[in-house]
Amino acid sequence: MNIFSRGLLALASLLLILTYFFPLWRIELIAPQYPEGLRMFIWVNKITGGTEFDLYNINLLNHYIGMKTIEPEAIPELKIMPFIVGFLIVFGLLSSLIGKRPLLYAWFITFLLLGIAGFVDFYKWEYDYGHNLDPNAPIKIPGLAYQPPLIGTKQLLNMLASSFPDVGGYIAVLSLALGFLAIILDIRKSA
Amino acid sequence: MLGKKKAVVGGLSALVVGALLAGCPPKKEAVKTQAVGTDAASKVYVPPGKYDEFYVFFSGGFNGQVTVYGVPSGRIIKVIKVFSVDPETGYGFSPETKPMLMTSHGFLPWDDTHHPWLSQTNGEHDGRWLFINANATPRIARIDLTTFETTEIIEIPNTAGNHPSPYGTENTEYVVAGSRFSVPVPQKDVPIESYKENFKGVISFIKANEPGKMDVAFQILMPGFDYDLARCGRGPSHGWCFFTSYNTEQAHTLLEVNASKNDKDFIAAINWKRAEECVAQGKAKDMPATYYHNYYDEKKHMAASEEKKSVKVIDPKDCPGVAYFLPTPKSPHGVDVSDDGEYIVGGGKLATVIPIHSFSKMLKAIEQKAFEKEIEGIPVLKYDAVLHCELEKPCLGPLHTEFDGKGFGYTSCFVSSEVVKFDYKGCKVVDRAPTYYSVGHLLVPGGDTKKPYGKYLIAMNKITKDRQLPTGPELIQSAQLYDISGEKMQLIHEFFTIGEPHYAQAIVADKIKDKIKKIYSLAENEHPYAVKAEKDARVERKGNEVHIYMTMIRSHFVPDNIEGIRVGDTVYFHVTNLEQDWDIPHGFAVKGSEEAELLVMPGQTKTLVWKPKAPGVYPFYCTDFCSALHQEMQGYIRVSPAGSNVPLKYYTGTPPTAQK
Repeated sequence: MNIFSRGLLALASLLLILTYFFPLWRIELIAPQYPEGLRMFIWVNKITGGTEFDLYNINLLNHYIGMKTIEPEAIPELKIMPFIVGFLIVFGLLSSLIGKRPLLYAWFITFLLLGIAGFVDFYKWEYDYGHNLDPNAPIKIPGLAYQPPLIGTKQLLNMLASSFPDVGGYIAVLSLALGFLAIILDIRKSA
Repeated sequence: MLGKKKAVVGGLSALVVGALLAGCPPKKEAVKTQAVGTDAASKVYVPPGKYDEFYVFFSGGFNGQVTVYGVPSGRIIKVIKVFSVDPETGYGFSPETKPMLMTSHGFLPWDDTHHPWLSQTNGEHDGRWLFINANATPRIARIDLTTFETTEIIEIPNTAGNHPSPYGTENTEYVVAGSRFSVPVPQKDVPIESYKENFKGVISFIKANEPGKMDVAFQILMPGFDYDLARCGRGPSHGWCFFTSYNTEQAHTLLEVNASKNDKDFIAAINWKRAEECVAQGKAKDMPATYYHNYYDEKKHMAASEEKKSVKVIDPKDCPGVAYFLPTPKSPHGVDVSDDGEYIVGGGKLATVIPIHSFSKMLKAIEQKAFEKEIEGIPVLKYDAVLHCELEKPCLGPLHTEFDGKGFGYTSCFVSSEVVKFDYKGCKVVDRAPTYYSVGHLLVPGGDTKKPYGKYLIAMNKITKDRQLPTGPELIQSAQLYDISGEKMQLIHEFFTIGEPHYAQAIVADKIKDKIKKIYSLAENEHPYAVKAEKDARVERKGNEVHIYMTMIRSHFVPDNIEGIRVGDTVYFHVTNLEQDWDIPHGFAVKGSEEAELLVMPGQTKTLVWKPKAPGVYPFYCTDFCSALHQEMQGYIRVSPAGSNVPLKYYTGTPPTAQK
């Protein structure tokens, strides 16, 4: 690795530290009765509401359609993710220090695979919440599931649900892009 | 205030005068609909979903409450419960709120509210509280402007007819109270004919700056006149408050005639800083007096009453300089201080002029001892020594004045049914506009502060016949909105008000709208019977008392099936609303309740007391359309005969097989 790629990899790794301080993802629900919206933020280690009570109110509304209660304490991913991010940071910094090209490739591919795994997991989580409904729920609409979109916007009954990355998510994407740039630069310089 | 008969006579004479001037009989339609500008609609139109510029708080008069409107649209937005019980929310019925209406005369479910007054800091509205007086059984209430709820009420001892109230000082140090009806002080059994000898007026200063700590700081013993309205000074006149008096004749019967004899009555000028000195020097006497102080604790969601036993009374003879009288024609109603604090305008109901006193001349007259005489230790200043000018031929029946911050005063005139605009320094009338009909008070937003907004004027009318679709002998009161931003007053809107507003105050919405509380925090709920989770909901029997710790959340109660109640029991439904979402109150009502219903705000706990009289199964339900399954939000309570041994049992969802 040349000095630029090593620097970029170090920067990409250090950037990931910021993901501990900003939410990765946001899910927003807007309805006629909730013009101000209800928001849910997914962090590396927790789920929070847009206000102190948004999560409480989302769960309250979800009981009408029989959706499971969202309990951040009961979601194992939130316990593992901080370590995964930590591993990527340490791995990236060490690779930058050692400066061996295969390490850069390994870091990038690991990050990419973990990212894809994360999306798959998120999709499964959404699928489970959206489909696995209490049969005794007051509101039952045959054929309708309440799975929020993986990314994008979707009308679910009276709720317009949108799911998009938040600051932390964009930082992660930027970090990955820097890693990719490091690879390009490294190939060009050595060519 | 003049009677309606006089108004009719006045109105008739006005018509006659108008007819003579015009030279032909007036057309009825011309009287009824005076020019409304073509651009009026656009000035008052606030599109759906948009906010008004002002919150306006109207007193409810005989309904004992306060009503809030948005202006310029005139849309009603809230009725605040103050001195009258309210079955809709349980105010004055629930054990939590009953203490708010306790007085030395016992529990009073009603009163007559007159004058709202918004708290001030440095002579400007600060948006913290609204105060309002009770006229019949003298009291002052504090309304918290984060919740629009009454949180404190203090009774005023030694006083009857608390009309010149609450009109506070420029940093809300005090709100004031006074006797419209002088009475024996202290009360005693005397012939009414001994009025002159035994009857006294009292002017009170009530500490207002700390919630929960309202207290009668001191009272000043005054001659037995009728004290009508008040205003405290600002800027240079801060430290003084002014009270009008009528019935200086000291009549006790047929006041209509007997209290209308003197050409001049008085404005009493009270130096409250001097009064504070006298209190500090021990010149005030402690007089035994029983009065109540009631305070609502927002965390406990419960009010408590405290009975007070003594009050400090200052006799002006013992405290020279505390009070002066300014002669003022004739039976004055309003006494209003200009925004610069220098001019004091008297509204002599029966006067042919509007007298404008000068505060600086008053100070000079006091210094030079320009006294005409003394009444019960209070010097009467010479009229000419305090008068700035007399506004000639203003109107008939001038009542009350507010200011626009641009050098003009606006006075309501009951008899000639109009508002006059005048230059108070130059002492001339510059414009007049009719009202429909017989305006009492008027209001300019901020018109009693150092910085009036000077954009709108609202006239509150006492007679509204033919202004709306008729509704039988009793008609709604009206308010008319004028644009006063230009040289001429322009009538732009009319809306209708609840009760009989005697006065209103307006505040720029921006000063309070972002401070409004949306919910009560459930975590901070300290009500002794609150339950914060459904798992803690329960029923406990203590002898003949049954306490039901109940929760409500969209869309069910816990418990919603209750058995084991017996005739002869007193059942306490302690209901906690577990919601923490804005605008999701739940109601609670049970068949046969003699104690009204409840409306419970998110995070709040309230109690309904129920004494079932016959065995049977009774439904209870949510009265506030809370959710899609609101109609399902219901339950049953089973009542068995006295002495029955049906076990206590309660649940929601699945009946318990074995009861603990």
